[in-house]
Amino acid sequence: MADFEPKIVAFVCNWCTYAGADLTGTSRIKYATNVRIIRFPCTGRIDYMLLLKAFDEGADGIIVSGCHPNDCHYTSGNFHARRRWIMFRELCDFVGIDINRVLFSWVSAAEGSKWADVVNTTVTRIRELGPYTEYQKVAKHPIREVTNG
Amino acid sequence: MDELRKRAKELLESKTISVVIGYEEGTYNRTRALFVEKPEEASKLIFDSRCVLNLATYITKQEVKAKGKMAIAATIPVMRSIIQLAYEFQVSDKNLLVLGITPESNLMEFKDLLEVETYIHKFEIEINASYREKLDKLAGMTQTERWKFWIDELSPCFKCYACRAACPMCYCHRCTVDFNQPQWIPVPSHELGNLEWHIMRAVHLMGRCIDCDGCANACPLGIPINLLNKRLLEDAKRHFGGYQPVLKGDHLMSTFKPDDKENFIR
Amino acid sequence: MTIDKRIVRKEALEKLFEILKQNNRTIFAPVSKNGKTSFKITESYSSIEKDFIQTTQSSKESVFPRTEKILDFTKSKNSLDAKPFDILQVPEVILWGVRPCDAMGMGELSAIFNWDSKDEIYNSRLSKTTIIGFSCFKADESCFCTSVGGNPGNIEGSDILFTRLGESGDWLAEIITEKGVAIVAIAQDIFQKTENQDKNKYLAEVPVKFDRETIRKKLDAFFESEEWVEQSLKCIGCGACAYVCPTCACFDIQDEIHGKSGSRVRCWDSCGISQFTLHTSGHNPRAVQSQRWRQRIMHKFSYMPERLSVYGCTGCGRCSRACPVDMNILEHLISIQEVTL
Repeated sequence: MADFEPKIVAFVCNWCTYAGADLTGTSRIKYATNVRIIRFPCTGRIDYMLLLKAFDEGADGIIVSGCHPNDCHYTSGNFHARRRWIMFRELCDFVGIDINRVLFSWVSAAEGSKWADVVNTTVTRIRELGPYTEYQKVAKHPIREVTNG
Repeated sequence: MDELRKRAKELLESKTISVVIGYEEGTYNRTRALFVEKPEEASKLIFDSRCVLNLATYITKQEVKAKGKMAIAATIPVMRSIIQLAYEFQVSDKNLLVLGITPESNLMEFKDLLEVETYIHKFEIEINASYREKLDKLAGMTQTERWKFWIDELSPCFKCYACRAACPMCYCHRCTVDFNQPQWIPVPSHELGNLEWHIMRAVHLMGRCIDCDGCANACPLGIPINLLNKRLLEDAKRHFGGYQPVLKGDHLMSTFKPDDKENFIR
Repeated sequence: MTIDKRIVRKEALEKLFEILKQNNRTIFAPVSKNGKTSFKITESYSSIEKDFIQTTQSSKESVFPRTEKILDFTKSKNSLDAKPFDILQVPEVILWGVRPCDAMGMGELSAIFNWDSKDEIYNSRLSKTTIIGFSCFKADESCFCTSVGGNPGNIEGSDILFTRLGESGDWLAEIITEKGVAIVAIAQDIFQKTENQDKNKYLAEVPVKFDRETIRKKLDAFFESEEWVEQSLKCIGCGACAYVCPTCACFDIQDEIHGKSGSRVRCWDSCGISQFTLHTSGHNPRAVQSQRWRQRIMHKFSYMPERLSVYGCTGCGRCSRACPVDMNILEHLISIQEVTL
């Protein structure tokens, strides 16, 4: 699919990854432009419902990124998040949601080039996987005309 | 279950208890909940292998609590729910007395919830063989096959929320699906609405579900939604050593370990 | 008015199904999944559930779907472009395998959808629906059609009613309405002439359990009774009874929006669920289950007969079978009848 440009939504924490992404920009590092960033105070704030909503609204891939363990601005938010992500991956795997489309990372405020790397890797991977039509078919046309149960 | 009937009668006569929650004979050879307030009605209480309804769902119900101190005929799954509810401050020794029913169907009265907790910790939460088979079958499918399976399996769901109503742990006055600013989970019973409802209910029960099958038994359309809960229970075992309801202490999802596995994080 | 009676031989019923399919009819018939039967669009005669006392879900799904788009809209800078439901696209539908209680229930449902404003969508669906009923030769402990003005061989509401003629497996077909006549017209060979058959000997026994007029009168004085709390203690407040009921018509309206466009969707709702009457102020006039249970009974046995001149219950017994906690409406109705005021 030569002309498929993946839509990636990134859920990032304000203090580390968002600042790191800012650094990527100020360092004039070029990287893929497919990402829409959503800023959270902390990865601990990320609810599964939000991740699913990204797929609902047409995302082909998701990045979730925050502070390294022990570096969380709120001390332990990312530890709680990490535990949730472990369960989220299992849940997605069980329900048949493609977990290859969800990438998790720790990117600190000093890791501008790492952020570019994370984005580029994700975009390449999603480009290979193609658009997430399986999910979008369910999300976009959920109501059959005469419902069949 | 004569001992249960006798004890219920005694408790009501002495006015120590205002209502005894137990089981009675229902229709179609089913059993159903019974709320005994008059001592002479204690004779209607029964117990046998058909009594699988999780009665703990009633101890958070306004109109039942309003009667006064409750006593409840509790099998092990019901006891587990009670302890989890106590952990979450929904019930206490002040308003509940547990009339335990052992796996051998004998009456075992507990002085307080601490005794109940000690008792239930003797039994692991185990997924039974037939469900184990179903889970293994799903594990053997590809990701696309599993997606198709769930979309199809959940398609009859008409969002009656019987699963939510029957679950003792779903006692929120306003459920997450009832919020509409914004509407996180779609209300209509289309494919997306059904999928997201059942996923999120299972998520909100992570670490709290004690595998009583109440949800699947309540479903009027026979959908095996408890498979989601059972898989998450297994995952909790595999990653974090499992969990048991406790009166005080750490809860699976509100705690963490510094060495929680993170090989999937870049 | 004399009803035209015909015979349809055992093997011919399947032929009728095929003819209907060939004539561009969308056929809703009872199909099983996970041991529960619901009315679904079916193309295969063999997949139809044939041996059942009553289906789990009612046939109202075909005229009042659980989820229905009533409007599509797109917002642009200065305007809102709204496209309402196109009633011209409603297909010709056959409802196959409907019990007499459900067929009678269509009348009650129609009363609700037409009592002040006429529901165009419901009416257009119903006008394109032909109901092929099958009378009951078996009943169970939850059936009480005879207590609410129905019976196992009732023709009310059906366009054609089939009655199985015992061991022979042949069917008596009563052609009740114009729509029924139209079906016979496209399947002449199937509907053979017959001498008069007495269907009553092939019908199930459904003893009368209560008198609904007595209950209605008692209900008028029963509103403040403490009995409602006692009756509803085991009710867990789900929507199962309302959703399987052939005459329950309450619905919720949801707007599903993506960016600048979206749809307005109508979906089933239940008065048993606690949020049903929750106001935006936070006040809930039916805050406890006893008030909601009372509402259910009074709506069906008091308010509807008073306002709409029809009762809201056909005695199909689905609510009792589907209820996860065995609330059993029949028991409660009998106890109301027996109450001394």
